[in-house]
Amino acid sequence: MNPNSFLRSSTFRLALLYVALFTASVLLLFSFIYWSSVRYMADQTDAAIKTEINTLAERYEARGLAGLRRLISARVERQRPTGTSVYLLTDAGGQVIVGNIDRWPRVQAQNGWLDFNLEARSLDDVSVHPARARQFRLAGGFRLLVGQDIQELKVARLRVITALGWGIGLTLLLGLAGGFFISRRMLNRIDSINETSQRIMQGELSHRVPTDGSGDEFDQLANNLNRMLDQIESLMESIRQVSDNIAHDLKTPLSRLRQRLEALHDQPTQNNAQLPALDQAISEADQLLGTFNALLRIARIESGPQQASLCEIRLDAVAADVVELYEPLAEEKHQRLVFRAAAQPVVLADRDMLFQALANLLDNAVKYTPLGGIIEVVVAQSDDGPSVAVGDSGPGVANANREKIFRRFYRLDSSRSSAGNGLGLSLVNAVARLHRARIDLDDNDPGLRVTLTFATNGA
Amino acid sequence: MHILLIEDDPDTARHVSNGLKEAGHVVDIADNGSDGLALASNEAYDVLVIDRMLPAMDGLSVVSQLRDADNPVPVLILSALGDVDDRIAGLKAGGDDYLAKPFAFGELQARIEALARRASQRTTVTQLKVAELEMDVLARRVRRGDSVINLQPREFRLLEYLMRHNGQVVTRTMLLENVWDYHFDPQTNVIDVHISRLRSKIDRDFPVQLLHTVRGAGYILREPE
Repeated sequence: MNPNSFLRSSTFRLALLYVALFTASVLLLFSFIYWSSVRYMADQTDAAIKTEINTLAERYEARGLAGLRRLISARVERQRPTGTSVYLLTDAGGQVIVGNIDRWPRVQAQNGWLDFNLEARSLDDVSVHPARARQFRLAGGFRLLVGQDIQELKVARLRVITALGWGIGLTLLLGLAGGFFISRRMLNRIDSINETSQRIMQGELSHRVPTDGSGDEFDQLANNLNRMLDQIESLMESIRQVSDNIAHDLKTPLSRLRQRLEALHDQPTQNNAQLPALDQAISEADQLLGTFNALLRIARIESGPQQASLCEIRLDAVAADVVELYEPLAEEKHQRLVFRAAAQPVVLADRDMLFQALANLLDNAVKYTPLGGIIEVVVAQSDDGPSVAVGDSGPGVANANREKIFRRFYRLDSSRSSAGNGLGLSLVNAVARLHRARIDLDDNDPGLRVTLTFATNGA
Repeated sequence: MHILLIEDDPDTARHVSNGLKEAGHVVDIADNGSDGLALASNEAYDVLVIDRMLPAMDGLSVVSQLRDADNPVPVLILSALGDVDDRIAGLKAGGDDYLAKPFAFGELQARIEALARRASQRTTVTQLKVAELEMDVLARRVRRGDSVINLQPREFRLLEYLMRHNGQVVTRTMLLENVWDYHFDPQTNVIDVHISRLRSKIDRDFPVQLLHTVRGAGYILREPE
């Protein structure tokens, strides 16, 4: 499987879409988790600060400044040395009365809240921590500040973000890997179906789509396709059988008829006046037999690969022999028969069948090329493989009819009047299929060019 | 000639034997393989004509048993199966020629006579002569009377085959098989054109014709009577 086709495959695209959707929903979910957990922690801090302020304010109202001072000192004292609470009480002029920071933070309060940086002294080092505090104005112009070192909150928030980031990365990675794996699995099975159908189109009708026995949808599809192929094959087989039987069963009585006519013809007492009529009857019987033979021959060739009779032969040598055989016939019609062999390719072929196919092509070329026309036979070796082309300068074949001319008994309207049984090209087609050769019909401007291209390596 | 025909279809057997008898041959008929093998082993025949599909023992087995017993009698195999694979199987089993049914009787007769002659001409003749037409096969020279005739290589092989079968009918398929060396089914008169070319070289400028067309059968090169 090439990577390009993988990227273009619909399964891969589907997998990608799923990964995108999945990632988006994970992102949404994680944002919610982040928002609610971090927000909860912040709210907890704020609530604790508010409660503490209320407590302190009540103490001030009940016991006055001295009471408040004692309480704050006690709280500061209690949480040393690693406490996270911040206390500060100043008078109206900003002079510190009591607290664990040395001055009022230099930030603007928003709705009574201050966010500032705190120089935190732990046991062995000094670092800057974020802090959040609330200011409160007491009666008598005193200002109270109660806050919390929120370094913990910041760390927790970072942890959550890091965890969420990893989570999304992992989700993407797993989704992509899973999508890759699943789509590759599916693609492999579709590929095997494609490969099978291609081989079937190339004539190996007995080929079947492989199943893996899992009974999944692909297996069901494969089984259905295989059953369909079985039916097609048996239908084709029965059609072939019927036409074979017809040809075979009619051939025997026909040859008896011919034998009797011949016996009649050779009788010494035969009236001479009847001889021409008998000759004609015999030649008609011969034509019929010829048609049956051609039909049976095509059926035999098509009914299965007879690879045993294929051997390595020189394509140009066979083509040269056919040209040599037909040269006098072309000369009789004042046609120029040109043979060019640009290469000496070796193909795996049945010599007689190849000769027959080329002879049929050349026969047609001579038949349809007008007096004085040109017929070209060219043997070449291209990247596609060894090829032999027969080009005539006759009326050609319209594009619409090109597929049809390989059908049995098909004849173009323009050629119905000339001799032939409409089986010549069917035989060429059958021979080409046996050799896994490709037939191309092209415009020869004017005329038709038929090219047989063999697979490389003669296979 | 003494000919044994092993054929189970009575119509074909009658047709062939009548034809051969008319042509002056003596014909024995066996309608199954084992009778045929027994006859062929005990009598001296000039040619055997054996059908492939036979009751009791098939035609190919008859031929291989004869060959195993070093019987060199020329064998022509008849068969309804006319394809290349079958032909190869027939020739491998030891047959000398192979003819697919249905056949024209003329074709069969010509092949039987060619087989018999091939068997009698064990030595290779290199100087051929029919009336005043002479061929030196080794020097590749042809002359008729005093005039030298120039032939293309294929025309030479064609004439050589006709001269080697002097006085016998040779059919178009025999020519294709032996001169062109291909087994195939010509659709048109492609052989006739080659013959008429050859004829124009060896016959046209001379008062007596040597190469004749036999209607419905093939050609014959023979000395004037």
